[in-house]
Amino acid sequence: MDWSTEFVEGLAVADPVLQLNDLHKNFGGLVVTDGVTLDIGFGELHAVIGPNGAGKTTLINQISGLLAPTAGTINFRGTDVTDLPADKRAKLGLARSFQITSVLPRFSALENVALAVQARNQTSYRFFGRADHEQPVNDAANAALAEVGLADRGQTLAAHLSHGEKRSLELAIAIAMEPKLLLLDEPMAGTGHEESARLVSVLKRLKGRFSMLLVEHDMTAVFALADRISVLTYGRILASGTPDAVRADPRVIAAYLGEEME
Amino acid sequence: MTQTLAASSVLPSQQTDRANALPVAIFLILALVPFGAAFGPESYVLGLFTRVMVFAVAALALDFICGYGGLVSFGHAAFVGIGAYAVGIIGAHGVTEMLVSLPVALLAGAIFAYLTGTVCLRTKSVYFIMITLAFGQMAYFIAGSLAPYGGDDGLTVRLRSTLLGFPILQNDRTFYYFVLLSLLVVYFAFRTIVYSRFGRVLRGARENATRMATLGFDVFSFQRVGYVIAGAVGGLSGFLLANATEFVSPAYMSWQRSGELIIMILLGGLGTLHGAIVGAAAYLLIEETLGGITEQWKLIFGPLLVLIVLFARGGLLGLVDRIRGRPGRG
Amino acid sequence: MSTGLVVVQILNGLQFGVLLFLIAAGLTLVFGVMDFINLAHGVQYMLGAYLAVAFYALTSNFFIALLLALAAALVFGLLLEFLVFRHLYDRDHLEQVIATFGIIIFLNQAVKTVWGAAPLTLPIPEIFSGSIILMPGLLYPIWRLVIIASGLAIGLLLYVLVGHTRVGMLVRAGATNARMVSALGVDIRRLFMIVFGFGTMLAAFAGAMIAPILSVEPGMGDTVLILAFVVIVIGGIGSMRGAFLAALLIGLVDTLGRSFAIDILRLVMPPSPARTVGPAIASMLIYVLMALVLYFRPSGLFPARGR
Repeated sequence: MDWSTEFVEGLAVADPVLQLNDLHKNFGGLVVTDGVTLDIGFGELHAVIGPNGAGKTTLINQISGLLAPTAGTINFRGTDVTDLPADKRAKLGLARSFQITSVLPRFSALENVALAVQARNQTSYRFFGRADHEQPVNDAANAALAEVGLADRGQTLAAHLSHGEKRSLELAIAIAMEPKLLLLDEPMAGTGHEESARLVSVLKRLKGRFSMLLVEHDMTAVFALADRISVLTYGRILASGTPDAVRADPRVIAAYLGEEME
Repeated sequence: MTQTLAASSVLPSQQTDRANALPVAIFLILALVPFGAAFGPESYVLGLFTRVMVFAVAALALDFICGYGGLVSFGHAAFVGIGAYAVGIIGAHGVTEMLVSLPVALLAGAIFAYLTGTVCLRTKSVYFIMITLAFGQMAYFIAGSLAPYGGDDGLTVRLRSTLLGFPILQNDRTFYYFVLLSLLVVYFAFRTIVYSRFGRVLRGARENATRMATLGFDVFSFQRVGYVIAGAVGGLSGFLLANATEFVSPAYMSWQRSGELIIMILLGGLGTLHGAIVGAAAYLLIEETLGGITEQWKLIFGPLLVLIVLFARGGLLGLVDRIRGRPGRG
Repeated sequence: MSTGLVVVQILNGLQFGVLLFLIAAGLTLVFGVMDFINLAHGVQYMLGAYLAVAFYALTSNFFIALLLALAAALVFGLLLEFLVFRHLYDRDHLEQVIATFGIIIFLNQAVKTVWGAAPLTLPIPEIFSGSIILMPGLLYPIWRLVIIASGLAIGLLLYVLVGHTRVGMLVRAGATNARMVSALGVDIRRLFMIVFGFGTMLAAFAGAMIAPILSVEPGMGDTVLILAFVVIVIGGIGSMRGAFLAALLIGLVDTLGRSFAIDILRLVMPPSPARTVGPAIASMLIYVLMALVLYFRPSGLFPARGR
């Protein structure tokens, strides 16, 4: 713990979007998150890497409000959101994608994204007027689809999209929320080389526009994109810092990167 | 348009012209029934089809919450019963004015839905089915213990509801058209709602509630509003039922009634709205026909239900589709 | 409200609870292991009672009749499983509800057709007839004690079977994660059949045992079915322990509520409204209890299914 904070302090962010403060999560006797403290700066792309079972998805679930931490606090844009439900956090500007694709299968791609637009765009307690005829909403949704390269797939049912397209749709949904922080849980999971290269270039374009927390196994993508990287093992942050610093960190190499970085 | 997925979420707008022609045909037939009935046993036919439409109103509400909201409510008959009791109890105190009893019936259904929904909607899938069932039974037993209002025996509605003092429902034919009008209004209201922003959220929550929450939707509240709408319309159906039968009884709320309503929407095809009307008609007409053939009609009807589930996915309309070689809807 | 009356009602509550447990046990197993809502479970209880009556008429011996009824109920249950239920396991709950509802409609009518609509009776076996003296001036029917004892014995048996045998281990694993069990290479169909057959026998046993003190009539399974659902929902679907505790809880609350609601209400209100409100409150007591449990614990008291 103490040694990892050196890195954080070396790059301490003045105005963090997200602050995790000594976060703990136990499932019964199993400790999955073990004292995670992490700041994400405004506009930063912060990657969290670590072996399978390190607790990365559990961390994202706690940040997005699907799981309640056992102890610790989550501060988002100056508000303590630790006890807020997921929908309230989303309203505050927290968007996430899912590792296991979680789009609405029987909705068209466009409608999937339109729902995200609708969510931030006035009330949804409107019982009259066709939602699918609201041009401003559809325009915004189409724009998000175009950004991830799905411009011509809007009318296709999400269930009928290819796996790669579904991953892109996940991203489009998150973008359409115009969030202040984007939590991306392995956006490249299960995609081929070509597809993940495409997703990297999409994320590069989005970088700077949104603050992002990226959980990813694809090291090429992570080192190409991240401003800072935190390494998570056994629910703890082993090291945190710039890509170069992390790459050079002997503990990281010993514990994790060694074999993967050949 | 892609139609290979399960029927439920395909919106009316996404269906073919046939699907739009069907509701038109249904309402046309219903509008013409009284004219045909004049040539036969008029009061019997009018009564039968009035009952069909009364249950169709309740089935529409159930299809809305179940087919579009994904909430399998097994206590829907309670709303119907509550609406009926509103008429019965108010009537027992000498008030027949529908400007009083109709709003009370709607409101009573809505309030019951709000209260029970607050508990039910915290639970998921099977638990939701069971807890709605239990609340339905609760309403049933409460009704049965209303000693001043007939208890288990129920109570007679001595006079059909009046409008501004005029007994406009006294004539069976007028009453028929009143029920038809109610059905029409409810049908179009639901059709509008499922297309609306609210309807989209409700449908989205059926697909993936967690995803909807992470988009910023308070799923529980949306579903509760949907449930309350369904409860109010259930109350309307009860209002009509009490007037149609001129009688109110706890039996209206029994769990078998709730089961019948589920059968109706499944028969007609879940999540289609007009299917609820077809299903209500099919159920009651099958019951009536089989009942006319033999007293033991349930021996045929029970296995028929099993066969429908096993072999006719997507309901009767889905079956028709497949027999005619169209791409299956379910 | 004498002590004696309270004791009698507590025993009655226990007896009712044990009966509910016998029905709920099969239901929660089938539900937990196969994710299958079997509304027809209640008619299997009814069938147990009718078969016992029918075989008694042939053999004039309760115990032989009981055994034959169990065997016949098992055969019938497995036949139903083979013809209908096994085609429904991977359907959604709604379809299961409808199909099994159809079976209820059929069997209720079939029973009426075969045995008539009038209630039938079954005599209490000779050696267990009569009452014993619980305390001076307090008699209690032996048969009800037999029901309680046999129910508790079966509870113990189930505890051993589920907790300490291979099939029981699979059942527990299945209730937690059915897909994992089939991934282990277990013949899931056979497991389902065993579980289903066992559940059917338990329900039929309950029906046969209660037949001597209850009138045997069409539709007798329906009310019990709903109560059994309340039990397993409160207990936590798939949990045998939950079903046992919830069944006793429901049995006691319902019985004591019905017996003493008016008396208790009279402490706080005049007798006349108490007589009106009492029965209403008594009959909805268990549903209120269920609502409360589910409000605070949406998956019941002992949820078996992991997240």
